[in-house]
Amino acid sequence: MPKTDNELTELGVAAIRDGVAGGTFTAVEVAGAFNTAAAEAQAALNAFIKLTPEKALESAAKVDAARAAGQPLGKLAGVPIGMKDLFATSGTETTAASQILGNFVPPYESTVSQKLWDAGAGMLGKLNLDQFAMGSSNETSAFGNVISPWRREGSTAQLAPGGSSGGSSAAVSARLAPAATGTDTGGSIRQPAAFTGISGIKPTYGRCSRWGIVAFASSLDQAGPMARDVRDCAIMLEAMAGFDPKDSTSLDLPVPAWETSLNADMRGKKVGIPREYRMDGMDADVARVWDEGIAWLKDAGAEIVDINLAHTKYALPAYYIIAPAEASSNLARYDGVRYGLRDLPQGAGLQDMYAATRAAGFGAEVKRRILIGTYVLSAGFYDAYYTQAQKVRTLISRDFMDAFQSVDVILAPTAPTAAFGLGEMVSDPLAMYLNDVFAVPASLAGLPAMSVPAGLDKQGLPLGLQLIGRPFDEQGVLDAGLAIEARAGFTARPAKWW
Amino acid sequence: MSVDTATVAKIAALARIKVTEAEIAAMVPELNGILAWVEQLGEVNVDGIAPMTAVIPNQQRMRADVIGADPLTGGGVRDAVLANAPAGEHGFFGVPKVIE
Repeated sequence: MPKTDNELTELGVAAIRDGVAGGTFTAVEVAGAFNTAAAEAQAALNAFIKLTPEKALESAAKVDAARAAGQPLGKLAGVPIGMKDLFATSGTETTAASQILGNFVPPYESTVSQKLWDAGAGMLGKLNLDQFAMGSSNETSAFGNVISPWRREGSTAQLAPGGSSGGSSAAVSARLAPAATGTDTGGSIRQPAAFTGISGIKPTYGRCSRWGIVAFASSLDQAGPMARDVRDCAIMLEAMAGFDPKDSTSLDLPVPAWETSLNADMRGKKVGIPREYRMDGMDADVARVWDEGIAWLKDAGAEIVDINLAHTKYALPAYYIIAPAEASSNLARYDGVRYGLRDLPQGAGLQDMYAATRAAGFGAEVKRRILIGTYVLSAGFYDAYYTQAQKVRTLISRDFMDAFQSVDVILAPTAPTAAFGLGEMVSDPLAMYLNDVFAVPASLAGLPAMSVPAGLDKQGLPLGLQLIGRPFDEQGVLDAGLAIEARAGFTARPAKWW
Repeated sequence: MSVDTATVAKIAALARIKVTEAEIAAMVPELNGILAWVEQLGEVNVDGIAPMTAVIPNQQRMRADVIGADPLTGGGVRDAVLANAPAGEHGFFGVPKVIE
């Protein structure tokens, strides 16, 4: 029986893939339904920087033709997705939400996006984000804020969708896309997933190629999927991951069959609870949901073990040296010569052109981080700041490795609070940075980590739980996430107001 | 350690970002807030600890020594390289005069 647009946009990745393969509906029908939903929501939510309905339809038509011809279909055949506008897409503007990339149109495709298209996915559009992925609320985009589809009970105040993958989280949670790509440098997949009641996984550093992703902090940047449930994340990640000789840090390992291996039975597994994450003055709802998560994993058969991650409190300050240092180096490439914006004042020389171009093209938060990075790397300060931070990073990583001697996976909150309102944090950069306090340690250690929706706070806003695994053990993270998902019974969704 | 207006002006010059005096004045307290906060890293005992160089152990690889082995990153794509240049002229990147 043909489905209506509203029924089709209710479907997740697995349901669309199976429905298209089984002939319940066509890929073109699915793409059309999501194209309509995305276009209708754009004025209110601003989740996309650019909509590409024709791309979604073109990919879908290819899938339908392949199916009609009896050809084998890809892992994501017929699934339209949103692409964070940090991934270079051949022939389609790629902005990193910054003016400095101007009207940059890549003549090449990022490895991860190419893999998704090869698997049969189609592109609904380029998703909004914090400028150069620097932010935790999507308020640093040069293309305007993304508005979360969620609202506090009895309020119409605009809330942050999280960041930096705020367009991705808003689009998936508002059913504008069944899944989206994200990137995570210090929590940019997990925190927005938690803020909007969806799932997202950052794999082990090196699983997904960084080639063609606009660089922020190269030793931390990792791509990953955001979707409505754990299974859909597993399907997406299988398509995104894999060795790429064009990325020198790419892992030369086979991609496991994460989806078919999913197993929520936690018997024989040990789950670590890091006592340092239970901070003074912790939000009561966050603490409650964490306790519920512990009970759910016990119910799934896991043994709960208290662990120490002694250097946790130093992770965030170390991150705010290392990430800006790498950013200041990576963003040196924006010079007004090779691509992007050029600001050439009358009579200006080359140096003046660089300075004017970068002043006009970068937003305030990007400039702030470039300046911090430049300072901590400058002569006389390098050892005191950067080398010290990299030593602390070694200790943070060692804490995790010690813990993984006795546990299989770690359970913690994803973020210290539910979503905050737009404008509530922008005046205090430090308060904004503290939002990533639980997410950053796993990033510094390169570990796979996932957020799954676990409950609501007293304002009716979603809260996420985070699972952190051993290097290369995405399966353990996904399995524990599935055990929580099965018990949390999280069905809350934003009431449609857009 | 903290920064003053002269230091911020110097950092901005090193970073090739033009800043106004008003912008510098606004940045001094912001940067000092952040620097005071990261100062706590000094408390950590790092005796005998090596700074991290690779977050996940990985082998360094050499690519095959073949010209244009990967068509995307190989040579012979001048026009594609110049396609996004603000001033791509006669097969070159155009810049303001740098030699008097």
